[in-house]
Amino acid sequence: MKVFITGMGIITAIGAGADETLSALKSGRSGIGGIRRFDTVHRHIPVGEVKQSNEELCDLLKLPTVGRYYSRTALLGLMAARQAMRSSHSVTPVRRVALVNATTTGGMDYHEMHYRKLSSDDIHAQEMELLDCAGGTHLIAETLGITDNVTTVSTACSSSANAILTGVRMIRNGLADKVLAGGSDAITRFTLNGFNTLEILSPTGCRPFDAHRNGLTLGEGAAYVVLEPEKTALPDDVLCVVSGYANVSEAYHQTSSSPDGKGAAMVIRQALSVAALSPDDIDCIHAHGTGTQVNDLSEGRAVETVFRNQIPPLSSAKGCIGHTLAAAGSAGAVVSVLSLGEQLLFPNTGFNHPMPELSFQPNTLLRKATVNHVLSNSFGFGGSNTSLIFSRY
Amino acid sequence: MHAYITSIGLISPQETAGNRFSFDLTYENAPLLRCIEPDYKQLIPPLQLRRMSRILKMGLGAAQICLKNTENLQPDAILVGTGLACINELETFMLSMLENGEQGLSSIPFINSSHNTVAAQISRMLHNHGYNSTYCHRGASFESALTDALMLLNEKNAEHVLLGGIDEYSKQYHLMLQKLGHAAVGGEGAAFFLLSRVPAGKVFARVTAVRTCYKPAADFIDTFLSAHHLHNDDIDTVLCGVNGNMQDDRIYDHPAERIFRRDTQWASYKHLCGEYTTSGSFALALAACSLLDGRFPASCILRNPRRPQRILIYNHYHRLNYSLTVVETVR
Repeated sequence: MKVFITGMGIITAIGAGADETLSALKSGRSGIGGIRRFDTVHRHIPVGEVKQSNEELCDLLKLPTVGRYYSRTALLGLMAARQAMRSSHSVTPVRRVALVNATTTGGMDYHEMHYRKLSSDDIHAQEMELLDCAGGTHLIAETLGITDNVTTVSTACSSSANAILTGVRMIRNGLADKVLAGGSDAITRFTLNGFNTLEILSPTGCRPFDAHRNGLTLGEGAAYVVLEPEKTALPDDVLCVVSGYANVSEAYHQTSSSPDGKGAAMVIRQALSVAALSPDDIDCIHAHGTGTQVNDLSEGRAVETVFRNQIPPLSSAKGCIGHTLAAAGSAGAVVSVLSLGEQLLFPNTGFNHPMPELSFQPNTLLRKATVNHVLSNSFGFGGSNTSLIFSRY
Repeated sequence: MHAYITSIGLISPQETAGNRFSFDLTYENAPLLRCIEPDYKQLIPPLQLRRMSRILKMGLGAAQICLKNTENLQPDAILVGTGLACINELETFMLSMLENGEQGLSSIPFINSSHNTVAAQISRMLHNHGYNSTYCHRGASFESALTDALMLLNEKNAEHVLLGGIDEYSKQYHLMLQKLGHAAVGGEGAAFFLLSRVPAGKVFARVTAVRTCYKPAADFIDTFLSAHHLHNDDIDTVLCGVNGNMQDDRIYDHPAERIFRRDTQWASYKHLCGEYTTSGSFALALAACSLLDGRFPASCILRNPRRPQRILIYNHYHRLNYSLTVVETVR
């Protein structure tokens, strides 16, 4: 059974919606800049912030604000989720709509800003919604009227790739007729400080697959896709087929990936096998490409292992939008769909010098090309590796 | 879709961590139920043990107990449901960040606060490269992971899935709940299951259906039953999540009066494990053991004691996350 993407929504540092995202990707315009939204001693570290403030997001979403509390992660999630649902129309009234959301920060942005209040007697009942991963999912479900199979995946940086994978399988297993799947994460002081303790934040802005790469850049945002089976999808809405997907555990290290990219190569091969495609069918790779020493070497080696001397054009969008953590996989899905729809290869922003360890370098130019199949990678803490393949229909 | 429960590893507030589970009431009128933890040195390599957070020890310990009973079978997939995940590590890192002005922080609590820590570390301990995922959806976390497990078995992508439900007591979170009137005895636990596609070895029971809903419509139990071709009298026992909070417990009145027959057995379980976001995993372990034993422990039976054949586990968390699970005897 084919499962289609029939709608999508996205908000990141380079804009809101598919059109803004596309024009930024075409020009290679980066949304990375200084931290403006909260106070931190790490002001010198660049990030990819979404331009709108929480108040502006509430306004755009027409949410009641008196006596109500929202996490930024939830607001970003609702922005992108609503766009996705609005862009998809089903032929027949769809009975069972499911929501598979993904986040790693949940309501952490609110939690860290209001820690004292939350620990005091002044805590408001609705603030309890903001303390875990489920709260933002509930806001999306409630606003969009979804009640069935509402859930949240949290597998670090591969979270929303797994949300899409789970959504596709829910349709294939007959558990849902339509699934809204994706993820959302705001930049928080918690994640900024956390990644800073690991000494993997770039002081300059990330440079995926560059020899002088110096770490990742945190981004924030949300991206969602609407998944539907062939029988109910409106032909005009069909953006692509989710043809391949796989999830493997690298079981190598708690925070880093193996230098030889064993887990990444395994997951890419499994996704190809699910899609019944061979490596030379892949027209481009949307890489995880975080810009850390470890990831890019590991992912690069995995790509070499699988594709050998026929490596397809590869690029990472993280030089433009930063690493959006739980939203990275679904943002990758949206970028892949844009690549298929426009028949375009997007440039890998931030690249200058080829890595001496690798036989290839990322694509640095905006190019027209025949794009039938896109591979999108997402790798997370704990060796949580997920690959998705999107194909033209 | 279905799954055979072929092994269980349980760390709970009852004497359940050994080879024989005892669901005899160990505590009565306790304000809070904490787990009786096993000697982890017997289960986890000591070198790794020293650096582990408590939730990680509970998770790895329960997973090991579960797999030891199967002669250390290598599962094809590892799934964990955890409502609040590593909330104590998250709290530690956040507090230290706020109190020390973001300076001189240790990376350890940050690394250990990742929600998928337990599932990922189990895969490392077992050198397992299979499918690995973690669901964090408050009161529906375990049932979401169970749904994924049933899909994997149905897809024939797995013969055996290691599935766990785990949550650790957090003082901070519990205090917030109390302030907001969610009065219930707090609890915690780690329950792991080996779910198999075909019956093999010791079979406790068979899971045949699961559903989670967010603020569902009033008729969702009827919809669920009919979707699985079940009639109300096919369910002989309802194992429900009453927790002593009047507002929460009122939810179970409607199905008791309107949906199920008057002679249906009703049982409860939260007096044994307390209220927590993945208590449904404890309920599944209790239901599976009770199907094997042919009866529920006396303290669990609310009315109409009988030999259970097909149990509906019906739970909700704070009237937001609802779940329904059908588990039946294989004899």
